Amino acid sequence: MTRITRRAALAGASLLATPALLRAQPAPLKIGFVTTLSGPGGYLGADIRDAFLLAIKNDTLGGAKVQVMVEDDGLKPAQGKQIVDRFLKTEKIRLFTGIVFSNVLEAVAPDILDEGAIYVSPNAGPSSLAGKNCHRNYFVVSWQNDTLHESAGENANRLGHKRVFVLAPNYPAGRDAITGFKRFFKGEIAGEIYTRLDQTDYAPEMAQIRAANPDAVFQFHPGGLGIAFIRQYQQAGLGGKIPMVVSSPSLDSTTLNAVGDAALGIEVSAQWNSDFDNPVSKKFVADFQARHNRMPTYYASQGYDTALAIAAALKATGGRVDDTEAFRREMLKANFHATRGKFRFGSNQHPIQDWYAIRPQRGADGKLFLKTQGKVLSDRGDAYAEQCKL
Amino acid sequence: MILLLEQLLNGLQYGVMLFLMAAGLTLVFGIMGLINLAHGSLYMIGAYAAAWTQQQTGSFLLGLAAGLAAAGVLGVALEMAILRRLYGRAHLDQVLATFGVILFANEAVAMLFGRQPLMAGLPRWLAGAVEIVPGVPYPLYRLAIIAVGLAVAAGLYGLIAHTRIGMLVRAGATHRALVGALGVRIGLLFTAVFGLGALLAGLAGALTGPLLSVQVGMGERILIATFVVIVIGGLGSVRGALAGSVLVGMVDTLARAYLPGALRGVMAAADADALGAGLSSMAIFILMAAVLLWRPRGLFPTHG
Repeated sequence: MTRITRRAALAGASLLATPALLRAQPAPLKIGFVTTLSGPGGYLGADIRDAFLLAIKNDTLGGAKVQVMVEDDGLKPAQGKQIVDRFLKTEKIRLFTGIVFSNVLEAVAPDILDEGAIYVSPNAGPSSLAGKNCHRNYFVVSWQNDTLHESAGENANRLGHKRVFVLAPNYPAGRDAITGFKRFFKGEIAGEIYTRLDQTDYAPEMAQIRAANPDAVFQFHPGGLGIAFIRQYQQAGLGGKIPMVVSSPSLDSTTLNAVGDAALGIEVSAQWNSDFDNPVSKKFVADFQARHNRMPTYYASQGYDTALAIAAALKATGGRVDDTEAFRREMLKANFHATRGKFRFGSNQHPIQDWYAIRPQRGADGKLFLKTQGKVLSDRGDAYAEQCKL
Repeated sequence: MILLLEQLLNGLQYGVMLFLMAAGLTLVFGIMGLINLAHGSLYMIGAYAAAWTQQQTGSFLLGLAAGLAAAGVLGVALEMAILRRLYGRAHLDQVLATFGVILFANEAVAMLFGRQPLMAGLPRWLAGAVEIVPGVPYPLYRLAIIAVGLAVAAGLYGLIAHTRIGMLVRAGATHRALVGALGVRIGLLFTAVFGLGALLAGLAGALTGPLLSVQVGMGERILIATFVVIVIGGLGSVRGALAGSVLVGMVDTLARAYLPGALRGVMAAADADALGAGLSSMAIFILMAAVLLWRPRGLFPTHG
């Protein structure tokens, strides 16, 4: 036998032998991670993914061997549905997470839940799935969409604004944003505009804001949209004149870097900030920076908290998700320390948590960072919980 | 009234930006018969090169030059390496191949620069606002974009109407095969035209950086509106591209600014907002359909 054929024969034999070896170990629990990685919303998904994976040590989450299968939905609901369909039917995945945008989640959640699988949201929390249509296997670790903006509404009250101009893109989370803001804001709405989700030039809106001359502007434009909005606000000469009140999606630590000085003076509210003084958060920020060499956004903290929540439940069920009721019982205990501090699930399996005012500032090193100012809301659940009968 | 003036300027500025994109796209289609979806990628490359160079050097003008150079050079390379093979193929093949280029360019940029958006600032001499009429400040930078865009339009007109290259371009747009048969080095002409288109896309990208956010996938957003522009203007016509750009810019801006308000006069506020937002985002497509009903080949058709 020549050397080459012998090597080929050995390779063939080892190929045949591998499946038997693999079978000897228990199969890892597959987690379907559908998220947005491409396009302008891509860094949101990348942050959530990176933080989620940060919580997994040696392929183990909550004592169970796991295999995270990451796929990019491209912010397209149809693409998300295709991925989920394949994950459910071919990969037999029973546990899903990762989705960033509410319009994608609204499209795929019924597919996942109808198959009896579990979804744990690290970001999107649309109102349509929080009230009447809540589900035993659907958990949200981040927030119900409205509450983000309720915190901004309360923050606007706190700051003494009486007439506020509101803008948000015309999609589920955008409509939730305006509803949420108005629910808590006590003053008058000076004007209301729904922008487009694919819009990047806001010059016409700037002109309308100037014409209405409000006390303050509330806007919800996540990711790259927010960068464009804030920068154009500054360029239009509105920056120093009309204060802006937003919730965290419109100004996170990544967009802060891209916006630069135009961000100074904007009032933000969020459930977590990178300067939180609790051990879990401090360790998370340090580990994330060490591995990825960038400041984690609040999206990242939600990805990490989601992993911690799942880990706590898996630990208690011995790594099993096939008994969904057992998993649910353990999940709802929320037996973990979240990066944001206090955390528990409400009756609709959405969080009850505190909200904080934060503000961009220039640090001693000359770089901009977000500084926590104080609490805006305490133990806030959401407005839809009472419609949810579980 | 003052508000209307401001909105008209906004419309003009958006139109001028679209023109920078549309001029290259329509020339490439008119002369090579190539549908180039990757035109948006050149725009993105221009924006990234400009933003990155500006971050490294601190100079806006150096960034602008780098954006132009990167888009121009990569555009010519793209033409010579890939697109040249597609001229004879069916449009569907071209769409598939150039769509592949988009995916490739997006991933390449994401690998080089990461998915986090880049910061592109403005120099102090362009950062402020000027009062176009007393009491109404308008961003100086947007006025500068309008000026640059109109200058490019005038330059292109001179180039196409009054030079030998322009003559060949016009001839190529009406009768491609005949120009080749007359002994013109058609390959070189194609590369030059494509390079010019890429340069303009790069210029648009570099100028847009400080206005919008520089990030992966930014090219696809403007590409759709650009296609609407060249369909309205007539495929292959630069004059059509200019008319179409300004028309689309105006209609889009004015619909967004005034439609929801107008609808509030006749129906409940919540319904008016929902309908207005929907209708205004459709406005340019409705415009396109209307133009095509009236003139099926666009406003300034070229091919005989």
